[in-house]
Amino acid sequence: MRMIKRERISKKDAFRIRSTAIIGSLILSGLFIFFLGHNPLDVYLSMAKGAFGSIYRIKDTINIIIPLIMTSLGIMIAFKMKFWNIGGEGQILMGALFASYFALNFSTLPKPILLFVMFIAGFIGGGFWAFIPAFLKVKFQTNETITTLMMNYIALNLITYLQYGPWRDPQSLGFPKIANFADSATLPRLFGIHIGWIITIIAVVVITIFLNKSKFGYEIKVVGESQDTANYSGIRVNRVIIRGLIISGGICGIVGMMEVSGVNGTLTNHVSAGYGYTAIITTWLSGLKPAFIIPVSTLFAGLIKGGGFIQTAYQIPQSAADIIQSMILFFVIGSEFFIQYKIVPDRRNAKGGEVNVS
Amino acid sequence: MLVNILKASLVAGTPLLLATLGELITEKAGNLNLGVEGMMLVGAISGFALGFYFQNPYMALIGASLSGSFAALIYGFLTITLRSNQVVSGLSLTIFGTGLSSFLGTNFVGKKMPVEVINFFKPIEIPLISKIPIIGEVLFNQDIYVYFSYILAVFLGIYLFKTRKGLNLTAIGENPSAADAAGIKIDLYKYIHILIGGALCGLGGAYLSVVQVPTWQENITAGRGWIAIALVIFSKWNPFKSIYGAYLFGGLSIIGFRIQYLNISQNLLNMLPYIVTIVVLVFSSLNKSKEGSPPKSLSLPYFREER
Repeated sequence: MRMIKRERISKKDAFRIRSTAIIGSLILSGLFIFFLGHNPLDVYLSMAKGAFGSIYRIKDTINIIIPLIMTSLGIMIAFKMKFWNIGGEGQILMGALFASYFALNFSTLPKPILLFVMFIAGFIGGGFWAFIPAFLKVKFQTNETITTLMMNYIALNLITYLQYGPWRDPQSLGFPKIANFADSATLPRLFGIHIGWIITIIAVVVITIFLNKSKFGYEIKVVGESQDTANYSGIRVNRVIIRGLIISGGICGIVGMMEVSGVNGTLTNHVSAGYGYTAIITTWLSGLKPAFIIPVSTLFAGLIKGGGFIQTAYQIPQSAADIIQSMILFFVIGSEFFIQYKIVPDRRNAKGGEVNVS
Repeated sequence: MLVNILKASLVAGTPLLLATLGELITEKAGNLNLGVEGMMLVGAISGFALGFYFQNPYMALIGASLSGSFAALIYGFLTITLRSNQVVSGLSLTIFGTGLSSFLGTNFVGKKMPVEVINFFKPIEIPLISKIPIIGEVLFNQDIYVYFSYILAVFLGIYLFKTRKGLNLTAIGENPSAADAAGIKIDLYKYIHILIGGALCGLGGAYLSVVQVPTWQENITAGRGWIAIALVIFSKWNPFKSIYGAYLFGGLSIIGFRIQYLNISQNLLNMLPYIVTIVVLVFSSLNKSKEGSPPKSLSLPYFREER
């Protein structure tokens, strides 16, 4: 057996390989569930029910889909430039922090103005947090995976510090929490879900157009394919990276604003809820294409919500859902090999066999 | 006071040192494995669970290293055999390891290591040399895990720079096609070193859960895996230099408890190692000498067919 590189692969074959991978990962996860002493089919079914089984649950799941899609969009822009921004978590936290500053101190402003200010503040907070690693990358070539991740921990400790210290609500009777937002700082609801879903839909459309039609979107694509090519064609690579990262982090920052304003109603140190990490998976699985981010994020939001449900129904810890997620990821990453290569029987030694020189 | 801080720095630096060495030999083989955090967590929970059940330190050590290798095997299979993107495969491994350790650890949260195991890892005074002022107490009155880790660092340094196999490994990291042409079995070397690297990361994680803390808590590594990746750059892919890098960071992570009388918030002090990691990375990359540069084929897959 040996492998040769495929010249090209039809969309149908590629789809078949990827779906086989996902089914394979579900079977392996099923075995894992089986060894825990449960019927995998029952568990999968009740996960689906837990995530999409009633209007109430669907609303809850949508509350997870919104931040996942937005964060994935943000991270995607960085990934397109092969800038491995795994700092989504910290960028969400900083966006939440900046937005909360205005929510807590300017609650007397008229609602639309305050929400707009918080939105901008969220973008700036996340953008600023992504700017630092981007600047260090272009200036000193520091490894961005490490710096963006370190920024996560710095943001987390900063908010914990504020929550337990200067920003602590004196009326919470010794309980370390930040005051609840006034109504003027709360995102309005439409169809029972905070209007972040409208912002998300707009963001998907705008970013798709922005990446495919604008000059800057084109520059991002070229920088990602080859920095040398970008340099030769007169693109200022460093500037593209810095601007792209500010947008990338800024979108994550908006997630932070939407979460504090629309979901939690206050700032806590777990407002990012791991979205920054899950979005790395969803972004990669969607092949860095905004249109695919929506179904993939929906699937993963279902896994998160359903994972919480089976915890109560079967006493299977919620983290089982994390394991299923990473299984899917492993299988899909591995399946790329079969899209790029095909395995052919080695006929070099067979009598009269044709020798295939690749 | 100073002796105590230095001594505690070595303890706090030991998980970092083991993980740094593990990542170092992985990168020497040309593979960037960003799964260190995941492998440490898998090792931490396996070491804890086995140590807890069997009340036996050896079981804890064996469990930690085997499970670390197992996690590394997933990464190795994806990147060597299936030639996947190393960055994404490593990140997935971290996500997997975090999920798996939190899953397996659900029933252990707050549980304490049995006395049998804790006693096994009590500091052991080495006769005579532990009487040397300051150095003796700091270096030679520690638990066997600490001894093992710095002796291993020296051993790996000799292996990498002085033995044929070590030089072969460097050749693979620098120029795989030349190494291939010279008859070195590239895939075999990569697999072996990635697996050993995983075992060391697993042992590093287990030091936290079995010896240092020694109570199970979720996400017990708290980003140390990432600091270890930064320390590999800081130590310029040199095991000897990784010793003081790891202990320096160990010191930073405990300094907060030692200067509590200054009344600085613990949460702010907790940021310190992460900020210093970034600063260190910046300074390491300012130094552009040839000696301190990463293996040339780092994070590039090697295909013989596409040479």
